[in-house]
Amino acid sequence: MALDQETFALLKESVRRFVQERLVPNEDRVEHEDEVPAEIIAEMKELGLFGLSIPEEYGGIGLSMSEEVEIGFELGQTALAFRSVFGTNVGIGSQGILMDGTEEQRRTYLPKIATGEYIFSFALTEPGAGSDAASLKTSAVLDGDHYVINGTKRFITNAVRAQGFTLMARTDAANKGAGGISAFIVPRDTPGITLGKIDKKMGQRGTKTCDVIFENARVPAANIIGGKPGVGFKTAMKVLDRGRLHISSISTGMSKRLLKEAATYASERKQFGQAIAEFQLIQGMLADMQTELYAAESMVRDGAARYDARDPQMPMLAACCKYFTTEAVGRAADRAVQIHGGAGYINEYKVERFYRDVRLLRLYEGTSQIQQLVIARNLLKNLGN
Amino acid sequence: MKILVPVKRVVDYNVKVRVKADQTGVETANVKMSMNPFDEIAVEEAVRLKEAGIATEVIAVSCGLLSCQETLRTALAIGADRAILVETDVELQPLAVAKLLAAVFKKESPDLVILGKQAIDDDSNQTGQMLGALLGRPQATFASKVVIEGGAAQVTREVDGGLETIKITLPAIVTTDLRLNEPRYVTLPNIMKAKKKPLENVKPADLGVDVTPRLKTLKVTEPPKRSAGVKVPDVATLVAKLKNEAKVI
Ligand SMILES: Cc1cc2nc3c(=O)[nH]c(=O)nc-3n(C[C@H](O)[C@H](O)[C@H](O)COP(=O)(O)OP(=O)(O)OC[C@H]3O[C@@H](n4cnc5c(N)ncnc54)[C@H](O)[C@@H]3O)c2cc1C
Repeated sequence: MALDQETFALLKESVRRFVQERLVPNEDRVEHEDEVPAEIIAEMKELGLFGLSIPEEYGGIGLSMSEEVEIGFELGQTALAFRSVFGTNVGIGSQGILMDGTEEQRRTYLPKIATGEYIFSFALTEPGAGSDAASLKTSAVLDGDHYVINGTKRFITNAVRAQGFTLMARTDAANKGAGGISAFIVPRDTPGITLGKIDKKMGQRGTKTCDVIFENARVPAANIIGGKPGVGFKTAMKVLDRGRLHISSISTGMSKRLLKEAATYASERKQFGQAIAEFQLIQGMLADMQTELYAAESMVRDGAARYDARDPQMPMLAACCKYFTTEAVGRAADRAVQIHGGAGYINEYKVERFYRDVRLLRLYEGTSQIQQLVIARNLLKNLGN
Repeated sequence: MKILVPVKRVVDYNVKVRVKADQTGVETANVKMSMNPFDEIAVEEAVRLKEAGIATEVIAVSCGLLSCQETLRTALAIGADRAILVETDVELQPLAVAKLLAAVFKKESPDLVILGKQAIDDDSNQTGQMLGALLGRPQATFASKVVIEGGAAQVTREVDGGLETIKITLPAIVTTDLRLNEPRYVTLPNIMKAKKKPLENVKPADLGVDVTPRLKTLKVTEPPKRSAGVKVPDVATLVAKLKNEAKVI
């Protein structure tokens, strides 16, 4: 349900203030300690960030997509590690339960996910199944009223922080495609679950990913999302569809931050007796950043409004948004580093880190190539209409 | 115990204010507005008293345009229980506000009124004092600590040269200084709850108050631009300049 303007203005202002006054000043600490400080996580819970997308009736804030992207524009303006802490609760970790879960599953899990008492991860990717997620091998075999789960999930964001997983596993061994996959709610404390070493990554220090290994982990059959086996891949794709708009808004927020860093630096740095911002070649880069930022904002707002209006073109449009905004923030980061000169290569400067941080945005929740495929496939399919 | 907290909508403290071209005031069109920071401290204090079980009800009141509703919603999100908007598009001066608040006071009979010592837009520092005088109730201005005990408030005041502690009988007026507390971030769940709290709208005429301005603003101008500084070669020159040019030592 959409909020009245006044209430939404307050919400947005509250998040903006928190980002600017609490998160931005802690960026260095996160970079150096490779951890989001516990007190900041506690403040995020208190503020209500874990429940942004969960409806009020389940204890969340219940933002519409249009509202969520406006909040995303704010959240994206600081080190991406902060958002990652609650990102899986807002997006991929919880949405499957909300979209396709039974009423009982929603009532059991969503209120705790909304407050951050439970952190939920999304476990789809495997060592042998990335872009081709439908080929996943993790098996779930029915034994009485439980499924026995075996397999390895890779690069699982927040697994070390998680109390539970939205897990995609194959319940029908005979069906090697999407139709053999089911989505499960798996509590972290289920015996038979172990975590791999925490991955060392290029950027986004403070975020945590690792393998999640299932060895004869017994999960009640009642934990299949929606109670129906064989539709888990559909659930996962719906979740990712929405997630693409969220990631688009975060990417756009980061583009804004990069422009601010670059423009500020260009105004202060002097060479040849003047601020480098006076040079037209620098201005050209700033103008390109501003133009792409504006395009991204407009596109994401439009995409979100169409999502709320249930536009049938959505899968394609969400892919367009993710493709454009994540590539755009990559270009923005590159220009921001260029404008900083050598300083842009030095860790002390924010743009050096952001340059590494944003690289991930083009890879996860569907690589740019996968977005291109989704876009092209849909547009060709609709050619006749 | 009932607490009344008047709050004012002002240009946000981060905004660099601009004087209108015709010098009649400052530009407020398309400018970000927020709750006066001293009033935010007042709301926070009232809500803390409620959380400590000392106050039972916190009522926020704002006087001015319909858009002050947003400021009242902020107060409700911090933790006020209900809100009253005295709506008018007449330019309100401190005396008019004090009269409106006095009328609300008579209707609501609070035990305590907490408000900012001044608003960051006109810096008048008058409303609290005028309200105290109109009601004939004690006042403690520039509070940095408030302790409620047995029908009285013990208030520590920030005065020139130190702190002064006084005890005043309730009902009373307290105005807040910067160090009274640090206001909380309004949380998103509380903003959602604020939506459902009652917000009453009254007009000055309903309260029988004439809000016609009595002061005339002649003109508003920008402060003079700071002139560039000078570099001095040594301490002796600095001391000489401070003595002879600046005449501060
Ligand atoms: C930090 C991080 C966090 C992550 N978090 C999660 C998480 O929480 N949960 C989760 O399930 N997963 C997560 N992932 C996994 C992520 O979604 C995958 O890495 C991503 O989908 C790509 O899969 P892959 O790595 O196997 O690459 P591959 O699929 O092997 O792709 C390699 C290259 O081939 C290209 N390619 C593949 N197929 C095609 C095709 N048909 N046509 C053209 N090009 C193609 C790709 O675009 C890419 O350039 C995370 C990954 C990282 C790095």
